[in-house]
Amino acid sequence: MERSVIIAGFGGQGVLLAGKILAQAGMDHGLEVTWLPSYGPEMRGGTANCTVVLSDAPVGSPIVDEPDALIVLNRPSLEKFEATVAKGGIIIVNASLIDRKVGRKDVAAHYVPINDIALKLGDARVVNMVALGAYLRAADTVPLDAVKRAMAKALEDSGKGKFVPMNDKALDGGYGAVS
Amino acid sequence: MALRQLLRGNEAIAEAAIRAGCMCYFAYPITPQAELLEHMARNMPRLGRTFIQAESEVAAISMVYGAASAGVRTMTSSSSPGISLKQEGISYLAGSNLPSVIVNVVRGGPGLGNIAPSQCDYFQATKGGGHGDYHMIVLGPSTVPEAAQLTTLAFDLADLYRTPVMILADGLLGQMLEPVELPEPIDPASLPRKEWAATGAAGRDPNIILSFDLGPDNLKRMNEALQAKYREIRKREIRYEESDVADADLVIAAYGSTARIAKSALQMARAEGLKVGLFRPITLWPFPYDALRAVADHVDTVLTVEMSAGQMWEDVRLAVAERAKTPFYGEMGGVVPTPRSILNEVRKDAR
Repeated sequence: MERSVIIAGFGGQGVLLAGKILAQAGMDHGLEVTWLPSYGPEMRGGTANCTVVLSDAPVGSPIVDEPDALIVLNRPSLEKFEATVAKGGIIIVNASLIDRKVGRKDVAAHYVPINDIALKLGDARVVNMVALGAYLRAADTVPLDAVKRAMAKALEDSGKGKFVPMNDKALDGGYGAVS
Repeated sequence: MALRQLLRGNEAIAEAAIRAGCMCYFAYPITPQAELLEHMARNMPRLGRTFIQAESEVAAISMVYGAASAGVRTMTSSSSPGISLKQEGISYLAGSNLPSVIVNVVRGGPGLGNIAPSQCDYFQATKGGGHGDYHMIVLGPSTVPEAAQLTTLAFDLADLYRTPVMILADGLLGQMLEPVELPEPIDPASLPRKEWAATGAAGRDPNIILSFDLGPDNLKRMNEALQAKYREIRKREIRYEESDVADADLVIAAYGSTARIAKSALQMARAEGLKVGLFRPITLWPFPYDALRAVADHVDTVLTVEMSAGQMWEDVRLAVAERAKTPFYGEMGGVVPTPRSILNEVRKDAR
């Protein structure tokens, strides 16, 4: 069983970190994983994205033609990646910033007001964890608890331990926003 | 079981070098290799080892020459344009029989190119980017764990044969994260003494390390000794991996990142009933000519896939020697083939 996800948004929305935390949690959960960032000039202002592959066997390509899931935090990312998602796949749409619906009928779209949820928690910077929580609920690839532990460790290791409770709530907020 | 860590290829190479007993590291920053230098900057001084951010790539490779002459394990790393600058120094290292490790995290070229993954430096690495009749051992890792393993091997081979060894990675491998079990650190003091090294001549005759000899006969003998060493390396050190080759009609020849992407294409092709295998050279020099020729004897097609205009393709054709068809699929300028794009080529050629 192999599952892939592309996480995409503006540079600064934390999409690369969200992918790293998912990959770390996947590894901690016993899976094989790869995390591949886009590291081109688009990191400076345009769209940033990363691809995470989670598998119970060694991962071949870290580059994916048809991701099983897509998390889009801004509209340019939806334009860029919507067509690539595998049939029957999942799209998590940041409804706070994206004012259109997914055009495809063969994927499950979840419209989550990611920025609104983050702001209600008190900090727009946790949009990435709200988005990741929503994905975890929709995709069921890695347990929420494993992701919370990986998030806490990532923040503590970089001296930002005081932000753990807020990010914990953000993961819960996203998770709870998908039925 | 050793601890599994999620590391970037760049970090895995750096940490494996430290654990292999690298005492001196010299480099100049460049993308997409920067995390390698950063890891060394953070950790080498902490361990009482030498980290120098040199004033240029030329200076860095010359510092490697000095450290290698003094008998310690030493490394430099860069990306394509920076590796071009090091070519003179690499030729001197080869000529002086100096063990050293050089990492090239290849990016798009020629010229300044871009910072995206590429395999366009294969010729430079395997055919001698500097002057003179020399070779480096060139290792092409395909995954992050293998990048760590081959770094350990690179230091061992460098010492064993007194030769520069290159790890030919690329931007994709350098930037991606993957679980790695790192080797246990070795104690550099436990390594065999290098009796030839310039360590101070107290109580013995001086050791002299040179890459030149003005007498034509002497230089000829020096070259013959180098070639004898290369024959020995060709005999003993060829490494490659075969996947699903036994019943294959078509075999993909690919190395490095491209080979792991090809593995996904292979699985997709097999699911369609196409009998496809993969031949992956791990040593790019010495190239596994004989092993690939043996494969070519029982397949119809050897499809070379590379992130270049067809550089390894030349070695593949030398190996196959008309025993099978040898089509080519390449991407250039930092474009990376995807499993589906490789599958499309396989479908065309498998017909």
